[in-house]
Order: sequence, then structure tokens, then C-alpha cells
Amino acid sequence: MQKIKPFDHLILILGVLFLCAPVVMALMSSTHAAIDIHSNGLSLLPGGNGIETYTKVLTHRGGFTGDVTGLLMLRNSLIMGLGFAVGKIALSMMAAYALVYFRFRFATLLFWAIFATLLLPLEVRIMPSYQVMSELHLLNTYTGLIVPLLASATGTFFFRQFFRSVPDELLEAARIDGAGPVKFFIDILVPLSKTMMAAIFIIMFIYGWNQYLWPLLMTTDESFYTLMRGIKSILQVWVGSQIPDYNEAFALAVLAMVPPVAVVVIFQRMFIKGLTESDK
Amino acid sequence: MTDTPLNMVEADQTLVTRLRAWWSGETANPAKRVQFDRPLTPWLFLLPQLAVVVIFFYWPSVQAVTSSFYLEDPFGFGATFVGMENYADALNSSEYLGTAAFTAFFCVVVTTLALGIGLLMAVKADKVIRGAESYKTLLISVYAIAPPVAGLIGMMFFDMHMGPLKDLAAFFGYDLKVGINYWDTATALIVIAVWKQIPYNFIFFLSGLQSVPVSVREAALIDAQSGWRRFWDITLPLLAPTAFFLLVINITYTMFDTFPIIDVIVKDKPANNPMTLVYKVYLDGFKGNDIGGSSAQSVILMGVVALLTVLQFRFLERRVHYG
Repeated sequence: MQKIKPFDHLILILGVLFLCAPVVMALMSSTHAAIDIHSNGLSLLPGGNGIETYTKVLTHRGGFTGDVTGLLMLRNSLIMGLGFAVGKIALSMMAAYALVYFRFRFATLLFWAIFATLLLPLEVRIMPSYQVMSELHLLNTYTGLIVPLLASATGTFFFRQFFRSVPDELLEAARIDGAGPVKFFIDILVPLSKTMMAAIFIIMFIYGWNQYLWPLLMTTDESFYTLMRGIKSILQVWVGSQIPDYNEAFALAVLAMVPPVAVVVIFQRMFIKGLTESDK
Repeated sequence: MTDTPLNMVEADQTLVTRLRAWWSGETANPAKRVQFDRPLTPWLFLLPQLAVVVIFFYWPSVQAVTSSFYLEDPFGFGATFVGMENYADALNSSEYLGTAAFTAFFCVVVTTLALGIGLLMAVKADKVIRGAESYKTLLISVYAIAPPVAGLIGMMFFDMHMGPLKDLAAFFGYDLKVGINYWDTATALIVIAVWKQIPYNFIFFLSGLQSVPVSVREAALIDAQSGWRRFWDITLPLLAPTAFFLLVINITYTMFDTFPIIDVIVKDKPANNPMTLVYKVYLDGFKGNDIGGSSAQSVILMGVVALLTVLQFRFLERRVHYG
């Protein structure tokens, strides 16, 4: 239809460079020694210090946070991402099912009560949320890290939209066959939602993994630190040292970004579908 | 998408009939033609979500509103009711107004740049045939990078000792001092925030462009010879709903999701550094121990966000009618 224009490619290449060059440079610099980075700046080529740096970051106790290792933070981030995604899908599917498939008292009221959570992001109510958490003794627990983030209705919203697009005939047929609400949900609706669940899982996993502010407030005990929390710590150690451990900071950044980036690239198609069709 | 996101009740219903419908559970526009009719089961399904929402959303939100009317004793000996004083203090403080002004400026600049560059990339990626998938994958991959990681990488680029951008500025004879000079820090924040947001806008613009039917594209190709005219007269109007949706998302992003970037760059050292309103809520509450003041600022922000959300739903509603 149209001929290839070098100008279009030029703009795209510039865009890719602007977006990806910093990531590549962070990756490459993490394999150089700190002194090397300090004197020669960031580099675009791999250095010889990679294995040493990553071994240190992953296993060395007291690297920058005193007591915690990279592996531990990696595990905590994973717990956070997976726990959040699974919890979100479970809670929101059930709630959306009740709201779409049942006729019951206060349904509209409950609908608004749940969807009002979309109005206020967590950042706006951090101070009182923190107080509530300390009253409930949930500071420094995985429950405290994950469950409060489930309060937003985004997932419920996606599933409600999806359930409404499921043909009514399915329910009619199931009822004729004598299926109750629980059976219909588990045997028909859940298998039907697999694609949607996968797409939302990807989005929510990245969201949970990338949380910063909430772990920052909830965890003072280092054994609950996530990678994002580790980034904050490494910056606090920074001040005062002669040559900061640039390489270790970059290695930590790489560890923190590899899993979500890999998930997005591998499941690109499903991810785009989930994002563009459910967010609107 | 064929229905409105929120069950819009028809306008001619009176309050009484609406309340009665609420009571009995019948809506003017039920989600399904056939529904289960059990009194207890839906509550069991709703219970987990409701519990989480009440404990972790309504309880703190109510607490934010109440404590905004009190002055907390810094040593923890009770609180005094001060009425609207916390609000008055916030709105009369030049520091708060300065932060509000910067937040507005930050929103406008980041949103404009991120939307503009995202759109440009999407239009070009939609045009090229060779290598389109690789460009897409590369551009999208940055989406998954967490804001604090983006902040950390950005900080290294602006670093005093080895930052390439510092060297670039020095080449042009400018001494870039991020973290010390107000506008230098602001520039760094803007560059990092835009960098992080471009992939998101790109994904949406591209999927918007690719949903334009081939017949429309071909007709446009015949009618308008110049690429610019085609873009202005046909592509852009068709993209308007996506653009408006993204506008709201981008404003919310710059207001709230840039928190980690600011935290990494400014590092709890607010002295003469720019920050957003959300960051100030955090600083005053956690570092300054001014719970009442911080809560009042939270409530003001709640108002702003509520307004934005209403705007978004308004738009969604309209989009369904004409879209």
C-alpha cells in the first residue's frame, strides 16, 4: 500500500534509542567494577566483573542493607507480585460474579461502595492507612504488604465488563441442567475466563512487583524487604562513601527489572490485549 | 464495548423509585436478563472484597477526613479539635501553593511530552511494515520497568561524577546540578517521568490506530494526498477518544505514580527541590509528623482526584453513545 520511508524508520530508531539505551547501559555497566564506572562513566559494552558483582549482590549478607541478601529480596518481590495477582483475581472474580449474576437487596449500593475505591489511589491516604495497619498489628507481615493493595476495584471492574459480555444463554442452559450458582461459577464461568484471567494476571503481577511506596511504609524489618525497598536502602547508604557502589546499584536495578520486562515481552500479545481492552 | 461502565440509571426516575429499586435489588438496567435469585449466596461471594474495601479503604479514608480537623500533639498526648485550621494553614502557606504550582506545571509538561512522543512513535510504527514487531517489542518493554528503577537509572545519568547527561550539558557550557539547583532537578524529573510513560501511551495509540478499518484508510489515501492532511482530518479525530482517555491517565500518573521517581531523585531532602503535592503529603505526615496538616492535604487531593474520575466517567459515557 505504501512504500518504505527511511524517515519513519529514523524516528522509530531514535525513539527506541531514547527508551532502550538507558536500560542497556544499566545492564552493561552492572558488569564493570565501581572504580571503572567512576572514572570512565557508563558503558555500552560488557565488562569482566559481572559474575563477581551479581554473586555479591545476590548472596552477600550486609551488602548494602546490613542483613538482607538479593536472593531474599527477590523472593519477597516474587511473593508480593504473585500474591497480589492471585489475590486480586480471586477476590475480584467472586465480587464481579455476585454483582452480575445475582438479584439481591442492596446490589446497587454495594456496587457503588466497591467502585468508589477507584476514586482514591493509595498515595492519597497513606498516612491514615499506615495508622490503621499499625493498629491491626500488620506492619512487617506479608498480609500487610499484599491485602490492603487489593482494596482497589480495578480487577472487579475488568471482570464485571467481561461477565456482562458472556452470552445469557449459558446461564439459561446451565439452569435447565440443574446447576446451582457455585457449580455454574466453577464449572462454566472460570474456564471461560481463562484468557481474561491470564491477561489480568500479567498486569497485576507487574503492578505488585513494582510497588514502592507501600512496602516502604509497611516494612521496617529487613527480612521483608522487596527489591524496590532495597533500591531505597542502597541510596541511603550512598551518602558519604567515597566511590559509591555504582555496579551493585545497577545490578540491583537489573534484578528488579528483568522479571517484569521478561513477562511483558514473552506474553506481549496477551498483555496488550488485557491492557487495552480492560482499562477502557 | 457496548455498555456504559457504570450502570447509568435513566434520568426520568425519581429518587423514591430509585431507592425502592435499591432496596429490592432491581435495577432499571440489570446486568443479565436471567439472574440467580438467592438471598445469601451473593453475599458470600462479595464478602472477601467487601471486607478488604471496608477495612483498608473506608476506615482510613474516614480517618483522613476526621484527623484533618484535629491538631495532633507532636508527643502523642491527644489531639485538639481545630476545625478548618489545617485547611486554612495549607492553603495560605506559600510553600504549599508553590508545590501546587509545580505539580500543575509538571502535569502539563509531562503529559504533553509523553502523549506527543507516544503518538509520534505509534503513527510511525503503524506505517512501517518491515520490522514493525521488533520496534513494538522494544518500545513496550520499557513499560514494565518500575518507577523507582527508572528513577535510579535516571539518577545515574544525571550523576555529578559519571552521568553522561551531565557531560553533555558541560559540553554546551552548562553546569547541571541535579539535587541542588531547582530547575535542574525539575528537568531531571520531567525527563525520567516522560521516559517511563511513553510506552504506555504508545501501546494505546497503536492499538487505537490499528482498529481503524482498512476501508477508511484506503478511502483516506485516495481523498487526501498529503500525509499531514490525512493525519489531521482523519487519523486524529478517530484517535480522539483514546487521546482523551490517555490524557486523564497521564495526569493521574504524573500526580501519583511519579512518587518513587521523586523519592529517588530528591531523597527526603526537600530543601530547594521541586516536588509534587503527593510527595508533600508524605513528607509532612511521615517526616514532619504533622498528621492533621498531612490529612488536610490528603482530603484536598481526594477532591482533585474525584473530579478527575468523574470527568473520566463522563467521557466514557459519551464515548459509548457516539463512539
